Amino acid sequence: MGKMLELKDLNVYYDAIHAIKGISLEVNQGEIVTLIGANGAGKSTTLRTISGLLKPKSGTITFEGKDIAGSKAHEIVRNGISQVPEGRRIFAEMSVMENLDLGAFTRKDKDGIKADVKHVFELFPRLEERKNQIAGTLSGGEQQMLAMGRALMSRPRLLLLDEPSMGLAPLLIKEIFNIIVDINKAGTTVLLVEQNANMALSIANRAYVLETGRITLAGDAKELAASEEVRKAYLGG
Amino acid sequence: MEVTHQVLQQLVNGISLGSIYALIALGYTMIYGIIKLINFAHGDIYMVGAYIGFFAITQAHLSIVPALIISFVVTGILGMVVEKLAYKPLRHAPRISVLITAIGVSFFLEYTSMYFVSPTPRTFPAIFGDVAIEIGGIVINGQQMLILGITTILMIVLTYIVHRTKTGKAMRAASFDTETAQLMGIDSDRIISITFGIGSALAAVAGVLVGVYYNSIDPLMGIMPGLKAFVAAVLGGIGILPGAVVGGLILGIVEAFVSGFVSSTFRDAAAFAILILVLLFKPTGLFGKNTKEKV
Repeated sequence: MGKMLELKDLNVYYDAIHAIKGISLEVNQGEIVTLIGANGAGKSTTLRTISGLLKPKSGTITFEGKDIAGSKAHEIVRNGISQVPEGRRIFAEMSVMENLDLGAFTRKDKDGIKADVKHVFELFPRLEERKNQIAGTLSGGEQQMLAMGRALMSRPRLLLLDEPSMGLAPLLIKEIFNIIVDINKAGTTVLLVEQNANMALSIANRAYVLETGRITLAGDAKELAASEEVRKAYLGG
Repeated sequence: MEVTHQVLQQLVNGISLGSIYALIALGYTMIYGIIKLINFAHGDIYMVGAYIGFFAITQAHLSIVPALIISFVVTGILGMVVEKLAYKPLRHAPRISVLITAIGVSFFLEYTSMYFVSPTPRTFPAIFGDVAIEIGGIVINGQQMLILGITTILMIVLTYIVHRTKTGKAMRAASFDTETAQLMGIDSDRIISITFGIGSALAAVAGVLVGVYYNSIDPLMGIMPGLKAFVAAVLGGIGILPGAVVGGLILGIVEAFVSGFVSSTFRDAAAFAILILVLLFKPTGLFGKNTKEKV
């Protein structure tokens, strides 16, 4: 398993606020790695920086051997990193199909796109039933599925997921997480940000705990799930 | 019978004028849709378009259609240059800074034009003579046919671009959520630039058509139509393309009726009365959604 993504001494600011304070982490090919922590710890900021929506003040982001820190967001997608943003952020005024088409914006291979739409519909049969529906009329769970399907349409090698469980019923969360495991098994590496630490640790290989911009714990997901410290802070005792 | 005739005649006049407002309003609304900027320089872009058309006809001795095309292309490029130089550096600045910059660009275009082409109004050459058709007593003259023909074609092409092409989809996506559009691999800077190009090119066509319609152009000719197209865009719901067209047509028709049945001195007052009424009773415009928006 080679190193796919490596963050080194990353510092990110929102104007004067020092949001990410020198974090380093890595994701190996084929893994599911999760970044857990409380609200405001800097989890989304980390993902947004990897995606190029924020520029780090210092530090490096290496993806498949290439430094991508400071690259523009639209270029990073072409490099093979796709993000499912927090709050899903689907194009609510467009149809399900149009959302998926936009996910494939970087691609020109019509046949490949068609095959991937089919693949997305296999993962999320409910989207196929609603393919001509305006995306804003979908339920929260369906919107999450659409956001994930859309992100897959660029054929990412690394998928960033920001709080996929947010606002969903427990049964639906389970379904979504099963699909994340399926996506990973099919060959896509996953970096998952979650407040629902229980669920995240249950599917991840490794985990990092983020507290106010710093990584305070790192290790095997199973071990972290069992550790006293994590249980108290994030798993409700 | 006489009154019906007059009503229909004013309707024809109103639709002609309104389709010009619609062309300008489309640019306003597209640019607002994508960077949430009320581009107060838009009326001046329209003026520059009129002058480019004027010189293409008088100096290069071109006929109207090539003149329209040249004005369309050159002004489109000018719009992109203005965006790159004036607005792009302010992408992350507070909106008020961009708004003030737009007013600055407006003055810059007005007074630079005055320097180069002199403030004296120019007479646009008559290109149609007395061509007119009459249907049941209602006269549609050559200029009006040109206006209706050109605006109809442009609107069909624009609708096609926005809804059927990849660039159009990217424009809609970026206009809905710029950041997420970037996550799809859409270069938002490029899309913003294209939007300014298309919006400015449409305004240029409106400028040339107005020159043909009223026979006179001057460096400050963009101020009033610019404001009125803004009213049209707000009336239809700013950011919404069909809204700009409907808003422009309504405004044109109202103005024609006020000119024809009340007095042309009240024409401008009618336009701004509409703005006040819209802002009082339906601030989101006729087609607007209920989103909170601060300018």
